Amino acid sequence: MALGAQAPWGGPAGPSPMDRSKLLFVALAFGALALWPLAAGNYGIDLVTKIMIYAVFALSLELLVGGTGLVCFGQAAFFGVGAYATVLLSPADAAASVLWLLPACILLAALYALAVGALSVRTRGVYFIMVTLAFAQMAYYVVHDTPLGGGTDGIYLNARPVIGGWLDLGKPLPLYGFTLACLAGVFVGLALLLRSRLGRALAGIRVNEQRMRATGFSTYPYKLAAFTVSGGIAGLAGFLFAVKDGLVNPELMSWHLSGAVLIMIILGGLGHLRGALVGAFAFALLQELFKSEAIFGTFAKHWLLGLGLTIIASVALLPRGLVGVPAQLRERLLGRRGTLRGTRGGA
Amino acid sequence: MTLATFLIQCLNALQYGLLLFLVASGLTLIFGIMGVINLAHGSFYMIGAYMAYALAPFVGATFGGGFFATLAVGLVLAVLFGYLLEWAFFSFLYEREHLQQVLMTYGLILVFEELRSLIVGDDVHGVAPPPLLAGTLPLGELMTYPVYRLFISGVCLALALGMYFVFTRTRLGMMIRAGSTNREMVQSLGIDIKFLYRVVFAAGVAIAVLAGMVAAPVSSVYPGMGGTVLIICFVVVVIGGIGSIRGALLASLLIGVVDTFGKVFVPQAAGVLVYVLMALILLWKPDGLFKAG
Repeated sequence: MALGAQAPWGGPAGPSPMDRSKLLFVALAFGALALWPLAAGNYGIDLVTKIMIYAVFALSLELLVGGTGLVCFGQAAFFGVGAYATVLLSPADAAASVLWLLPACILLAALYALAVGALSVRTRGVYFIMVTLAFAQMAYYVVHDTPLGGGTDGIYLNARPVIGGWLDLGKPLPLYGFTLACLAGVFVGLALLLRSRLGRALAGIRVNEQRMRATGFSTYPYKLAAFTVSGGIAGLAGFLFAVKDGLVNPELMSWHLSGAVLIMIILGGLGHLRGALVGAFAFALLQELFKSEAIFGTFAKHWLLGLGLTIIASVALLPRGLVGVPAQLRERLLGRRGTLRGTRGGA
Repeated sequence: MTLATFLIQCLNALQYGLLLFLVASGLTLIFGIMGVINLAHGSFYMIGAYMAYALAPFVGATFGGGFFATLAVGLVLAVLFGYLLEWAFFSFLYEREHLQQVLMTYGLILVFEELRSLIVGDDVHGVAPPPLLAGTLPLGELMTYPVYRLFISGVCLALALGMYFVFTRTRLGMMIRAGSTNREMVQSLGIDIKFLYRVVFAAGVAIAVLAGMVAAPVSSVYPGMGGTVLIICFVVVVIGGIGSIRGALLASLLIGVVDTFGKVFVPQAAGVLVYVLMALILLWKPDGLFKAG
C-alpha cells in the first residue's frame, strides 16, 4: 500500500534507480559539506554554518508539513525557546558543558511544543495555521515585553559551551563540525523515523486523516508526537544559532522567521527530506543575492521585495519545489509518462 | 477605579473591538465565501493608514478638501485597487491549496511592505483628526472623552449594519451567500461568479483600507502595523469561528474588552492576554464559537 511521497526503500528487487540517485545526492551533499572548510575562508565557513543551522530548522518543519500534513506557521517559537534556553541556562561567566546544555534546550523546546500542540492539534486546516501563528506570537510577546527575555535588546551569551576539554564551540571550525554532525544526525534520524511505523502513520494522516481514524487509529497522539519531536529539533537549531551568534533577541521568534522556514521547505520541495536541505541553501543564497549591494545598488536594502516576488513566483511555477525540477523538466521534454522507455514514470 | 474611568475604558474597548471587527470581517468573508486565506489583509489596513497620511496634502491641494475628502478619495482608490488585485493575482488562488495561498499572500505582504517603504518611507507618522471631530465630550465631572473615538465606533457600527443589510436584504447579498455554499450551481444559474467574487474582494479590501484610514489619527502610522493587526484578526477568526460574521463581532468585542482592561490591570502581560483567551476558548471549543454563516 503506497502511502504518499515517502515510498519504501526497495520494491521486491531492492532499491530502485530513483532511490539510488536520491542516496547519491545526499551522500554527495554531505561529502561536499564535510570538505568545504578546506576550500573556504572564514566568511564561507561562517555562512555555511548558518545555512546548516537553517537546514536543521527546516528539517524540523518538514517532519510536520511534509511528513504529517500539519502546516505550522509558528515554528520560530520553538527555535526561539531553544535559543533563549541556551543563553538563560548558561552560567554568566563560565562555559557550560554541551553534554547537559544541549539536551536541556531540546527538552525545553519540546515541552513548549507539547503544550502548544496539545491545544493546536485539535484544530484542523486553516485554524491550525492561525493557531500556531498566534501561539508563536504569544511567545514573542513574552520575551519582548517581560524582563525574562531581556526585552528588545536581547541577551548575550558570554561563554560558548564546550564538550569536556576538547571541543570549544566558540571557535568556528569545531562549531562547523558540530553543526554538520547535528545536521547529519537529524537527517538520518528523520529518515529512519519516517520509514518506521510512526512515520507510516503520519503519512496516512497526511493523506487522509478521516480514513486513518476509520481504520482505528487515534490520530491525536500521533500528531502530538510529531509536533513535539519537531519542536525539539527546532530547539536544537535554536541552540546552535545561539552558540554561533552569541546573541538572542525577540526577532528569533518573529512570525517572519516562521514564514521564512516555511518558504525554505516549499522552495526545496515538500515531502522530501533533501528538499529541506536544498531549500535552506537556496533561501540563504537568495537572501545573500538580494542583499548584495554590488548587484542591486541602493535597492539592496529593499531585498524583501525581491524575496517576496521570488516566493510568489516559486510557489506559482515550481509546484514541486527545486527538488522536483528534474522531474518537471523531464515531463516537459518527454511528455507525460516522463521516461523514454515508457515503463514506470517516477517513483 | 471610578465610574468615569470605567466608562472611558469601556468606550475604548468598544472602539477597539469594533475597529478590529471591521478588519476581521473582511478576512473571514474572503475566506468564507471564496475559500482564500489572505495573509495580506493586514497590509490593506496599513495601506489605508498610510493613505490617510500621504493623500491628505494632495487632496487638500487639488480638491481643497480635508479629512472627509481624503476618506472618499481613499475609498475610491481602495475599491479600484481591490478590483485590480483580485483580477491580477487572487483569482489564481481559488483552486490552490491553503498552503500555497498562505505562501503567495505572505510573499505579497513582503512586496507591499517594500513598495510602501519605497514610496512613502519607513518613518512613523501621526495624522490629525479633522477639526470638526477634534473636540471632547464631558463624562462626569472631571473626565472627558474624545469625540473622534466615538466617531470611529459610529463609522464601524454603521458599516457593520450596512454589511448586514446588504447580505440579508439585497439580491447581491443573496447571490454572495449562494455562491459561498455552491459555486458551480450559482454559475450554472447564469450568474457571473467571477464578477461576484471580484466585488466581494474589492469590498473586503475597501473595508480594511477604510478601517486603516479611520484609525490613523488614534494609532500612529508605522511600518509594522499590518502584521500586528493581521495576527489579532487571526485570533478573532479562530475564536469567533471561520466564516462567521456574528462570531467575528462577538470575538472582536471580547478581545477589545480583554485587551483594554488587561492593559489597565496587568500592563506587563497585556500583549499575552489575548492569546491566553484564545487558548482557553480553544480548550472549550476547538472550532470557534460559531459555525459559518
